[in-house]
Amino acid sequence: MKQFFAFVKKEFFHIWRDKRTLFILMGIPITQIIIFGFALTNEVKNAKIAVLDYARDNVSQQLIQKIAANKYFQIDKSLYSYQQVEPAFKEGKIKMAIVFPQNFASDLLHGNKAQLQFITDATDPNVATTLVNYANAIVKDYQTDINKTTVYPYTIETEIRMMYNPELKGAYSFVPGVMALILMLTCAMMTSIAIVKEKEMGTMEVILVSPLKPFRVILAKAVPYMLLSMINVISILLLSVFVLDVPIRGSLLLLLSESLLFTITSLALGLLISSLTNSQQVAMLFSFLGLFLPTTVFSGYMFPIENMPIPLQIISNIVPAKWYYNIVKAIMIKGLGIASVWKETLILLAMTIVLFTVSIKKFKTRLA
Amino acid sequence: MPSVVVKNITKKYTQSKKEQPIIALQNISFEVEKGEIFGIVGPDGAGKTSLFRILTTLLIAEQGSATVDGYDVVKDYKSIRQRVGYMPGKFSLYQDLSVEENLNFFATIFHTTVEKNYDLIKDIYSQIEPFKKRRAGKLSGGMKQKLALSCALIHRPSVLFLDEPTTGVDAVSRKEFWEMLKRLKQEGITILVSTPYMDEASLCDRVALIQNGKIMAIDKPNSINQNFGKKLWAVRANNMFGVLKTLKSWQEVFSCYSFGENYHVVMKDDDNANAMAIHDYLFKCGYREIEIQLIDANIEDSFMALMHTENEK
Amino acid sequence: MKNEPVIVVEKLTKQFGNFIAVDGISFEVNKGEIFGFLGANGAGKTTAMRMLCGLSIPTSGKAKVAGFDIYQQTENIKKNIGYMSQKFSLYEDLTVKENINFYAGIYGLNENQIKDKINYLVHHLHLQHQQNTLVKALPLGWKQKLAFSVAIVHDPAIVFLDEPTGGVDPVTRREFWEMIYDASEKGITIFVTTHYMDEAEYCNRVSIMVDGRIEALDSPKKLKQNFECVSMDEVFLKLARKATRSE
Repeated sequence: MKQFFAFVKKEFFHIWRDKRTLFILMGIPITQIIIFGFALTNEVKNAKIAVLDYARDNVSQQLIQKIAANKYFQIDKSLYSYQQVEPAFKEGKIKMAIVFPQNFASDLLHGNKAQLQFITDATDPNVATTLVNYANAIVKDYQTDINKTTVYPYTIETEIRMMYNPELKGAYSFVPGVMALILMLTCAMMTSIAIVKEKEMGTMEVILVSPLKPFRVILAKAVPYMLLSMINVISILLLSVFVLDVPIRGSLLLLLSESLLFTITSLALGLLISSLTNSQQVAMLFSFLGLFLPTTVFSGYMFPIENMPIPLQIISNIVPAKWYYNIVKAIMIKGLGIASVWKETLILLAMTIVLFTVSIKKFKTRLA
Repeated sequence: MPSVVVKNITKKYTQSKKEQPIIALQNISFEVEKGEIFGIVGPDGAGKTSLFRILTTLLIAEQGSATVDGYDVVKDYKSIRQRVGYMPGKFSLYQDLSVEENLNFFATIFHTTVEKNYDLIKDIYSQIEPFKKRRAGKLSGGMKQKLALSCALIHRPSVLFLDEPTTGVDAVSRKEFWEMLKRLKQEGITILVSTPYMDEASLCDRVALIQNGKIMAIDKPNSINQNFGKKLWAVRANNMFGVLKTLKSWQEVFSCYSFGENYHVVMKDDDNANAMAIHDYLFKCGYREIEIQLIDANIEDSFMALMHTENEK
Repeated sequence: MKNEPVIVVEKLTKQFGNFIAVDGISFEVNKGEIFGFLGANGAGKTTAMRMLCGLSIPTSGKAKVAGFDIYQQTENIKKNIGYMSQKFSLYEDLTVKENINFYAGIYGLNENQIKDKINYLVHHLHLQHQQNTLVKALPLGWKQKLAFSVAIVHDPAIVFLDEPTGGVDPVTRREFWEMIYDASEKGITIFVTTHYMDEAEYCNRVSIMVDGRIEALDSPKKLKQNFECVSMDEVFLKLARKATRSE
């Protein structure tokens, strides 16, 4: 065990002393998130909205006032018919429209249930969702206010219409996407390079002619990058929650465990690459073509997989990042639990076991 | 029991299916006694590194067998890895770790500590100890070599494999290095060392002269030279380059090689009267200040003579 | 050979920060001379050689190589010198013919000249059967001989050889030196570094660098006399042991 820790310590020295690489490693996730984030989440404050109030009763008026008072919204215009909604969006000034149907108050007070529609410009899906979330919160708030005085709870059902991008493809999805990419990058590429570097420097020769077991060498190489990757995961999550207002709806523990699993998958891939190559350049090329590209193309965060031709859809199944991406999306964005992602988890686990077995088998105890 | 036993080892490298495999080692056999300094002397490409890699369990030979400290290099490779020290031809330490960190690292992976075996490396390590905080990559050639040797020794190996430890190292450091090996021999460590420098052969107890994957001779350096078998003449005159051309084109000459300021000449007709004959011939060709002397062959003479014999085969 | 200097060096100095790699060296090398440039590792040989090849600008001092100034006319210098080192010279993944073709081409030989050169070299080096072989498949000694031929393919005034014979077998090493003599007879000046001290004896003159300075410069014979040694090896050790610095 002492041997193992000595090796891990040595790995940390390598990483720590190569400041440039370390900086890139830790900087990439942060810059990625910030670049994506700012591209997507500008001007959430004081968003201009339009109101179409068919009801014109006291409840709708109260709600409109409440929304108008909120710092996120600024009522730009009042509309008088549904036909005006789309032109208003096309003018480009408003980001959301709220539609109160007729009899809003009576539906709520007598039928205990009223409907409300939010229409948003989802070309910028992240802004759209954020706005809807804020508006929803205001409505919920109002609901609790009026419910305090009644026996039967009143519920306002909000109906959301995302214009132009109804399925909200891409919204939030970049966070899971970046996570998948970063983990692939730090784990697979860096581990493979770290091992190949030893071969290139000739140190592998000396290590092999020592009592150190190959399995331990591999593991010791992997541990620092695993830790580094988990730090990256946490920094991505912190940034997305606090800077980008992307919530973590599901269990954080589950999310972290799944990330750890994917980290190990990536490590196994990196080990496999390292056992197939002898130079750092080739390892880099391998990692880029074999991991980076498939991850961006086939994980589904850049290009929707459903729109791909069938053969490519099938290929996408062997890309581990696709499964991880789906898992993170489910946990983080949809707030689902293990019950909904066990299948993906199992696939990822199986991939990991296969990759690990192959790479340990492939790891040569000799030079040729 | 000999420390190292090599029996009929053959090693081939197959590059592609079309091409003939390259034969790196051809039916090599020798034994190294315990506590001996055994030199493998030969030029680059002779097969020295392949041989070392087979003995250090890094490569498997196609044919033949070998044992190190009684353990088979294929079957018992794990035991061998516990007990040998290996210094590859290329500097193989972690350049971004300090002198001290490298040494501690290698001590730990061999299940020992620097303190435990400090007495063994003290002589060598104390010379670089003032720089122990320095990164290994920033050391000079001679210091790197000393650190590499310290790391290879730190677990008190019973057999030490040094693959071309003095290549690219200047004459002063080379000399120091061989003095260190002499002291290690006192500790009872068997040392196998390879070198392309023929003059280093005389510093070994026994040597194997290797060329094109074949061992041409194995013996004590002196015995090899005594087996030279022919009279060797050191020849010198004015206009040295002219002399070389003249002698090489003279049909009586068996071989003529430059050696420092002289030419070493072997005549076809091996005779004590050669000196006169050479003198007369050179004089006739217009050379002056001719000096001719009967000399003993050195390892390089022997090596070249053996190469010649091999080529004739 | 005398009185026709092709390399003139005066108080040449190169400083890296506080470290004086080359410390005011002065010497001359004549046309057709075989000049041995010796020194322990870190004595400053490589730095000095780089400056003479026009690859590095000196901190101070003067030098002319093949009649060109090493500060201003580095491009002219590069056209008039050849360079070969143990580590790099030929493209391993090109054939013998392709290598000659390439180097002759970059030195501006025309097609007919290149053709002649290839024919001449292939015969001269006995590579008739190997002319379409990849260089990496040649034995080291042959490679080095080919590399040397390629380095002088454009008949340069001077050829710089950086440890050209490291690891080469003793017979080929001598054949290599015969090629050096041939080139020198043709008037090409040879500037050579080596770790083999017997090779130092083959030079017309030898300089020995210690700690950035030239400590001795003379014919091997005179050096041995002056330092009362029987071999160049002893002379070298005597001088190099004085060194206070290493790389």
